[in-house]
Amino acid sequence: MNVWRLVVREIKHRRFNFAMGLLSVAVAVSSLVGAQTLLTADRIITGRLLSAKEAEVEKSVAEKRAAVQKAGKELQDVIRRQMLGLGFNVLILPESQSLSEIHLNGSMSATMPEEYVDRLANSKIVTVNHLLPSVTQRVYWEERDREVIVVGTRGEVPIQHRGLKKPLLDEVAAGKIVLGHEIHRQLSVTEGDTVRLRGRDFTVSRLHAERGSVDDVTVWINLAEAQELLGMQNLINAILALECDCSGDRISQIRAEISSILPGTQVIERYSQALTRAESRAKAKESAQTALKEAEQSGVQQLALELATRRNLEDRHAGFAAILVPLVVLGSIVMIGLLALTNSRQRCHEIGVLRAIGLSTRQLMLMFLSKAAALGLLGGVAGVTAGLMIGRMLVSAQSGGTSWNELFASGTLSAVVISAPPSALFLAGLASWIPALLVARQDPAVILQRE
Amino acid sequence: MLLRLEHLCKTYVGKPTHVHAIRDVSIDLAEREFVAVQGPSGCGKTTVLLTAGGLLKPDSGEVLIEGQNPYAMSPDDRAAFRARTIGFVFQQFHLVPYLDVLDNILSPALAAANPQNDARQRAVQLIEHFGLTHRTHHVPGELSSGERQRTALARALLNRPRLLLADEPTGNLDPESTESVLGHLKEFAESGGAVLLVTHDDRAVSFAQRVVHLCDGRISTLMDRNLSGTL
Repeated sequence: MNVWRLVVREIKHRRFNFAMGLLSVAVAVSSLVGAQTLLTADRIITGRLLSAKEAEVEKSVAEKRAAVQKAGKELQDVIRRQMLGLGFNVLILPESQSLSEIHLNGSMSATMPEEYVDRLANSKIVTVNHLLPSVTQRVYWEERDREVIVVGTRGEVPIQHRGLKKPLLDEVAAGKIVLGHEIHRQLSVTEGDTVRLRGRDFTVSRLHAERGSVDDVTVWINLAEAQELLGMQNLINAILALECDCSGDRISQIRAEISSILPGTQVIERYSQALTRAESRAKAKESAQTALKEAEQSGVQQLALELATRRNLEDRHAGFAAILVPLVVLGSIVMIGLLALTNSRQRCHEIGVLRAIGLSTRQLMLMFLSKAAALGLLGGVAGVTAGLMIGRMLVSAQSGGTSWNELFASGTLSAVVISAPPSALFLAGLASWIPALLVARQDPAVILQRE
Repeated sequence: MLLRLEHLCKTYVGKPTHVHAIRDVSIDLAEREFVAVQGPSGCGKTTVLLTAGGLLKPDSGEVLIEGQNPYAMSPDDRAAFRARTIGFVFQQFHLVPYLDVLDNILSPALAAANPQNDARQRAVQLIEHFGLTHRTHHVPGELSSGERQRTALARALLNRPRLLLADEPTGNLDPESTESVLGHLKEFAESGGAVLLVTHDDRAVSFAQRVVHLCDGRISTLMDRNLSGTL
């Protein structure tokens, strides 16, 4: 016979009282553990959602950034390709040059000093990137019995204050000739062949592919040779200005800038289709940049919104737990105390007799506190189990839930789970202490005389 | 002398009046003596018994059990002393309701320093002696009144006390059980113990060697049945 046997028999005898006590402890512990599980899961899910959102935003921004880069690169490539294919953007002509002659005959009769191109190159012009002086004459090619446009070009004249830029067009070397598509097709010549033009032999250095423009009936030779062939020493018909920064309304600015350097000239825009394309590419790039900026801003806003929503949810849960848990724990302590008091009153005679037959106050206290310990420990373990289950069940309703590993990775929940049963044991002992002390210190004579 | 009660007085302080339960009561009890205390209800019989058992401190007078005053001891020492020296039997049996017969009989072993095996062996002997073998694992609710009182008697005797204090032990028993219980008390006294029986049952008187009559808390008559006269 020992105190534990007595305790176990008493528990079996007053099952309802013990079950109610167990339930009280379990409810208190489960509310604590459940709340902690929920709050821990909240933090995990918030972190997870924000990471996912960040990744999503980063991916979206990266896609938009790539789109911007692609658009920019496409724009640059297209402009370069089109400029190479089309030759120029603006044409600087003597003021007296008839535009009708250019459009109807493809040739130019008005001239200006070749020195103009050097003047322009040495100026502080900012709206033009490449300068190409040329002579352009429609001539009868006696040796081949046909009319062609002869263009003499000396290659690009570098603009001094800009530094060296990669040239868009290579110079046609002396003794060389470049043929347009229609010409070399009809003449059936290939690169390296020699052709005679106005009594002078030229080696074919390049054959152009079909461009669908006047270029197809044009031949290009060195400027100095062209001036000599055409009797136009030190004169040119036009300056081709390439890669002009001349989209949109800026053509008027280019005209103003050039006329201030080269008075007595006129500037015409050529090949506006290329500009339109360039503008559309520029717009595309601008749109992509805007989309990128919007995506970045939107991403930041979405993250902030997600964070605020989650924080709001966490705050609501924490606020709810901050009220519910202390209330439940307090209620449970009161309940355990009342149950212990009821139990001690029920056992009044029994305790009186045990006192009479010699049990000490310490032994009687031990009986009550052992029961409280069993109550606390079993209730604590049951509460922890129930709390974890309930907490996880509530969590699983949110965004896929969390795994046990994730939950226990944060030390807080582990600490709560480990400390809950001993705390429950302590609280149950505390709640039972006063009733136990009262009954253990009762005068057995008083109890035995009550009958 | 096993028990000496000298000039005991006890007053219950209450409102509006005080109750003088016992006044100047003196009783001596030697080994092998069976003394019955008789008197009407409220005459102070139970107060005498509780005072003698170290459960109720008298206002004045002295209680000596085997030459020791239990009220000079600390409460826990007194409880241990009670466990070693005194056995109690009550009218209401006061068995622990959730313990079976064996465990009820063993319960005083919690307080005494007896080895567990000895206590169990002693309990089994007592069960056999009181004819309770077939009820060993029954709880009090499943026993008859006589069986309950015999269980209470066996419990009182577990720690081999020198003194047995019985408060109306036959009050709830049928004649046959009464005879049985009183016979066991007499047997205990004859085996070297001492019994102080509080009762108003005249049949019990026939088992006692001396009878003390109480009236209004005072001893009115002392009768020694061996001398067959009134002292």
